[in-house]
Amino acid sequence: MESKEEAPRIGVFICHCGINIGGVVNVPEVVEYSKTLLGVVYAEDNLYTCSSEGISKIKEGIAKHNLNRVIVASCTPRTHEPLFRAACEEAGVNKYLFEMANIRDQCSWAHMHEPEKATEKAKDLVRMAVAKARLLKPLEEPEIDVAPSALIVGGGVSSMTAALCLANQGFKVHIVEREPELGGMLRHLHKLYPSMEDASQGLSQIVNSVNSNKSIDVLTSTVVKEVKGFIGNFEVTVERMNGETTNFGVGTIIVATGAANFEPVGMYGYGEYDNVITQLQLEQLLKNGRLEKPEKVVMIQCVGAREEKGRTYCSRICCMTALKNAMHIKELSPDTDVYILFRDLQTYGTHHEDWHRRAQDKGIKFIKYVLEKPPQVAQREDGKITINVYHALLGEEVKISSDLLVLSTPLIPQEGAKELSQLLKVPVGPDGFFFEAHVKLRPIDFATDGIYVCGTAHSPKDVAESVSQAFGVASRAAIPMAVKRLRVEAITATVDESVCSGCGTCVKLCPYGAIQKDEKGVAKVTSVVCKGCGTCAASCPERAITMRHFTDEQVRAQALAALGRVYA
Amino acid sequence: MTFEPRIVGFLCNWCSYAGADLAGVSRIQYPTNIRIIRLMCSGRVDPVIVLDTLINGADGVLVMGCHFGDCHYTVGNFYAERKFRMLKKLIALTDLEGGRLRLEWVSASEGSRFADIVREFTNQIKTLGPSPLAGENPKRDLLQNMQAAQMAAASFRLRVLVGREKGLVDEGNVYGEKLSQEEFDRVMDDAVTAEYLRSKIYLMVRKEPLSVKELSKRLGLDSQKALRHIVAMKRHGMVAVGRVEGTTPLYIALEMGR
Repeated sequence: MESKEEAPRIGVFICHCGINIGGVVNVPEVVEYSKTLLGVVYAEDNLYTCSSEGISKIKEGIAKHNLNRVIVASCTPRTHEPLFRAACEEAGVNKYLFEMANIRDQCSWAHMHEPEKATEKAKDLVRMAVAKARLLKPLEEPEIDVAPSALIVGGGVSSMTAALCLANQGFKVHIVEREPELGGMLRHLHKLYPSMEDASQGLSQIVNSVNSNKSIDVLTSTVVKEVKGFIGNFEVTVERMNGETTNFGVGTIIVATGAANFEPVGMYGYGEYDNVITQLQLEQLLKNGRLEKPEKVVMIQCVGAREEKGRTYCSRICCMTALKNAMHIKELSPDTDVYILFRDLQTYGTHHEDWHRRAQDKGIKFIKYVLEKPPQVAQREDGKITINVYHALLGEEVKISSDLLVLSTPLIPQEGAKELSQLLKVPVGPDGFFFEAHVKLRPIDFATDGIYVCGTAHSPKDVAESVSQAFGVASRAAIPMAVKRLRVEAITATVDESVCSGCGTCVKLCPYGAIQKDEKGVAKVTSVVCKGCGTCAASCPERAITMRHFTDEQVRAQALAALGRVYA
Repeated sequence: MTFEPRIVGFLCNWCSYAGADLAGVSRIQYPTNIRIIRLMCSGRVDPVIVLDTLINGADGVLVMGCHFGDCHYTVGNFYAERKFRMLKKLIALTDLEGGRLRLEWVSASEGSRFADIVREFTNQIKTLGPSPLAGENPKRDLLQNMQAAQMAAASFRLRVLVGREKGLVDEGNVYGEKLSQEEFDRVMDDAVTAEYLRSKIYLMVRKEPLSVKELSKRLGLDSQKALRHIVAMKRHGMVAVGRVEGTTPLYIALEMGR
């Protein structure tokens, strides 16, 4: 597999990233420095190395200077390595002979006020990359088949939208929903803003489509127990409520587990007075037509959201939900006085601000309160709720007596989200919602190939936004399934049989069971199963295992280069 | 000129390296001293390489991985933690300040935690001052100690113990006998001390033939104990009698394995 060793001819391409790097790091100085490094035959700077012009420059450089190693010093390999690797490959350089130096995310952006030190650091990072690049070896990627089927965890509107989209493209879909029926949060909602259609109407349509689609296998009252494998070849074990387990294989996995509504027990009399309810409970009253014509209704926004600590985030949907329900009450009962106590009213986007204006026209009263002086709530003897609120614009206390107090509470991570994240080895963020690979470049992918996220499992969203994401996620998941065969990473471990003593330590510690002892009693790695963590190499008692692309020599060379020492 | 420490970071790709990226994306500022090496998993961090880094003059080494339960490879960070504990024990025997080495868990969403740790660790290293192994004239005794530690970290016995620790403590051996963590730690402590001393003896007799008496003096070790190590080392083909002075055998190092 290894081609004949030829002396490294390294080309270094240093990116200004507009002013992102160039505004801090002295890029021309780093270019000149790079030229002095052992093995470097060419170096240049680019305004944007990732632009089509930058990519052509790499290819030209390879051809003109006969480069056999390429380094790009720019942003992070987590987002841009695939692009630059592809450029190398197109120009005839094995993509594993490419190395990146992270001089933006981990240098210029983190040391914006120390240009000289950042420049020195950038030089060091390039030197480290060069030290590694000198020792890089070309690698081949094994090909694997991708099963044309997807697992979707969760059975709400996002899940069903994605399921239909995939099924209509000819893929098999398994929906696993822990509740006894499909529908998720939508089952509890009354009308949907901005169109004011009935939630139940849209829901029953989509549930029927899902249930009648032969390519979609719906498993309700079922949870995911175990997931093994990798993109194209996941092995899923699910458990029904009765303890019965089933296994099936899928090519891709979509997390669409939704979110839960925050129960504000102990806040503003919630749980204590029965006429203090959440917006979600109000939806139920409206849906069942059980809201009498109250004299007054007060709503408090941001209950348990946008806090100083804890749930610091904005739940995005509550302002519109409150406006929608307030307007709906006004329609049902024009004489009812509706108050909305808000901190900031965030009616973002093209449709929503209009609702705010219309609500004001309808006579809904808006009172701005501040976090430092939250409204005070008590129940009168006649059962009415009195709300004392400091009106931030008037600068004085206002007292309202109300029949009903409605609390707008945020969407919070679904119960079990953390457990599912550990099962799938995908992260959740500090707020407990599933965390994407990159907020802009890969907003519905996880860093792990073949696993995706959509809907409120990712962050609070309204139905329209969740549906858009569900379409997005279906098209992301469809890519590897449509391609059918994928090349998997060549970064795997390999055992030197002549050194292996057959102690079996690696066999035990490999989390994927990728290492077995062969008939000769020595360890053997199954490449397509190996995920390339390298734990075996760092543990092998005989140091007989080489972790490709992160070999002892390569890592050591980087470390010594970091210390300004030449690797010997 | 003020002391600017050279800190090498070994970070896993999935959590801590992503956390470091996020710190940058969020424009959180931290000291420039750290030089990050990206590995796929903290479980890849071989104690031998960390020791190499320290021997070559790093003022500090920071290893970072995913929080327990978050490892992209399920359990790589557990192995990282076990290797790190062995490493700490070895370092403690060498006289190098233990504070030059740290293991931390940072998730992909903890950009500010990453920056906090780097800031704090950099300050700690600044307080410790330059590594006695940095620069043109490294402290010789310490250098030999560190080389002995590195040799011990490469030894079959310590690596098997670390590699098997999880299995032995959590699952038991083939007879289903489990070791308690305390029992294991005792075995490990003894093994670390023995391997370190043997490595030290080996390095000493590689320079010049030495008697057990001289060795025990230089090691500050009871001569009976020194003899026991020599006997074990003879058995493993590490040393042999080079010559005899009067009635005293002087030992020399043998070339080992690869």
